[in-house]
Parts: sequence; structure tokens; C-alpha cells
Amino acid sequence: MSFASHDSATRQSQGEAITAEEIAASGATADEATARYALILGDDALMLSQRLGAWVSRAPELEEDVALANIALDLLGHARFLLTYAGTAWGKSEDDLAYFREEEEFRSCRLVEQENGDFGKTIARQLIFSFYQHELYSRLVDSTDATLAAIAAKALKEVDYHQDHAAQWVLRLGLGTEESSRRMQSGLDSVWSYVEELFTDVEPIAELGDVAVLPSALRESTLNRLHQVIEDAGLGVPDMSGAHGADRSGRHSEQRGFILAEMQVLARRHPGATW
Amino acid sequence: MSSSADSSSWPLWEVFIRGSRGLSHVHAGSLHAPDATMAIRNARDLYTRRNEGTSVWVVPAEAIMASDPDSKGGYFESAQGKSYRHATYYTQSEGVKHL
Repeated sequence: MSFASHDSATRQSQGEAITAEEIAASGATADEATARYALILGDDALMLSQRLGAWVSRAPELEEDVALANIALDLLGHARFLLTYAGTAWGKSEDDLAYFREEEEFRSCRLVEQENGDFGKTIARQLIFSFYQHELYSRLVDSTDATLAAIAAKALKEVDYHQDHAAQWVLRLGLGTEESSRRMQSGLDSVWSYVEELFTDVEPIAELGDVAVLPSALRESTLNRLHQVIEDAGLGVPDMSGAHGADRSGRHSEQRGFILAEMQVLARRHPGATW
Repeated sequence: MSSSADSSSWPLWEVFIRGSRGLSHVHAGSLHAPDATMAIRNARDLYTRRNEGTSVWVVPAEAIMASDPDSKGGYFESAQGKSYRHATYYTQSEGVKHL
């Protein structure tokens, strides 16, 4: 008889996860407006996931490498759910939407498309986006659309960790050395003009009623919480207005083309390939 | 364990995970982190991403006093040859049931 437990510390279990395949098989079909809304949320997650993936092997420490990669994978999961669901409206798969749409057909916000910059800039982008996403998903769990509500419930638990990770780093960099504080502030300054876009009520969201969450309704609570963390970190909230063109129309996307070129090249060169 | 004594790198932490209620925390591995709070976060990313645990402990590696690997004999083998320490050494008495 051994006292060693068979219940190992690294036991694996799948947990109670929904999967993109389950969404595809559920038979739930999004209507046109709901699909366009899911596309907005899915494109945000997809772009940020792609951006964060570039940190793998480049983060300040191995542990941070893994942390950012985990967040990127969580976001990729959200993107898969949302694109799969959006695709039900048009008979398209998640891959059709991710790999075979053109630059101007994407609806991601510009915040998530911003270049990684240094670690301070990446963390600034993470702070803003994860706080926004947390406010969003904590309301979307009450969506009258059952699939969106289920996706939000799954994502919320993960985003809860994303915002904690970002906030912990903002505090450490802000209250760290003179250099870390300077770079964290500079990171915030470089992305702050893209915050306003997150709270813009683009169509079709307004007409979706209780299916969606109105972006403008997230503005006050998200900004209040962001201001709190930034002040706790001894940093200043950047004083600047929103960048022009905040409409998610696909028109303003300096960096988007580069992200897509990198992300889509393999799927386009070998259509239908599986691996 | 610690591969370098470079003072510019993050300190080493030992991670202990409790698989489920009623079990004890089991050593899962080690990691680097700037402080205890971040060590817990990093432990979550490195060791609990597959639903493993209900609780995580982190301990500064330098806080652990370990037995000397070179003294293995003195610590762990001293019981060898002392079979009278084990119940199986003794002959079961006749007529004593349910022993």
C-alpha cells in the first residue's frame, strides 16, 4: 500500500467546457443582425489573440510567455465560438470567416490591432481590453440569445483572469522603477485614443435589443474601473479624445492588413488543408 | 533547482497543488515570479490549466530546508536489516483470529 495518491496533482479533465464543434452541432442559427454582432465580438478576440501570440518566446520571462500564450488561447477560443455562431447565418465555417474574408470585411476595433510595442504597451492594451470585455460579458450572460449567453458565461471566467493579470502588471510597472513607470505610462498614452471606439453604438447592435449589450452602456463602469487601477499604480489617465473613424466599418485599419497577411497566408496557400 | 544565482532574475518558488478536497497539497513543480502574488498567478498558468486543482500554495524555494542528498543512507536506509520493525516479521500466533 502506498500513501502516494493516485489522484495526481497534474490530473487532466476537460471540465465543463462548451466547444466550437458543439455550437456548430447544436442547430442554433443566428439571424443576420445577431451574426453581425457575433462577428464584431469574434473579430476583436481573434485579432488580439493573433497579436498576443507574437509574444511567445519573446516575453520578459518564461512564466510570462506562458501567461500571455494562455490568454491568447482563451481569446482564440472565444473567437472560435463567436465566428462559428456567426457563420450559421451564412452557411460559413469559422475558418471561412477567419481566413477567407478580406481586410475590409473584418469588424475588429483598432485597439486590438495595435502593434505590441514593448511589454508596457502590450499590458496597457490588455488592461483596457480585458476590463472592457469583462464589463461586456458580465452583461451578455443575460442575453436573450441562448448561444451568446453561453459563450459569454464561458468567456467571463477566463476574462476574469485576464483583467487580473493585466491589473497586477500595471501596478507592478507603475509602482516599480522610474523606467518601468515611464514605459507603462507611455504604453497607456499610445493606445488611449482607441478606447472610445469600444463604446460606440455601431449598427446592428442598437437594433438587437436584449440580444446584445449596448457598447455605450459599458462606458462609465469600464472607465471608472480603469481610472482606479491607473491611479492606484501611480500613473495618470491620458487626457486625449478618441481617434477619428471609430465606427468598426473596416475602413481604418493600418495594421489589420499585416495581421491578416500573417494569419491567413497558410490557409490561403493551401485551401482546405488540415493539420 | 535554481540554475543561477543571478540577482537580476526573479526568485524561485515551489508550487504545491491540492487535487481535490481531502487530499494533501502535492509538489507540482517550481517557477520564477517577482513576488508571492504573481507566483500564484504563474502557478495557475503553468500547473493548473487542465482543471487539476482546488487549491495552490507557493513557497519561496529558499524557505525550504531539504535533507542532504549525500546523506541518503543515513536518513533513509537505516531501517534496512531491521525487519523486526515491520509487522510481517512476526509469526502470527495460532488461534488469534482477525489479526
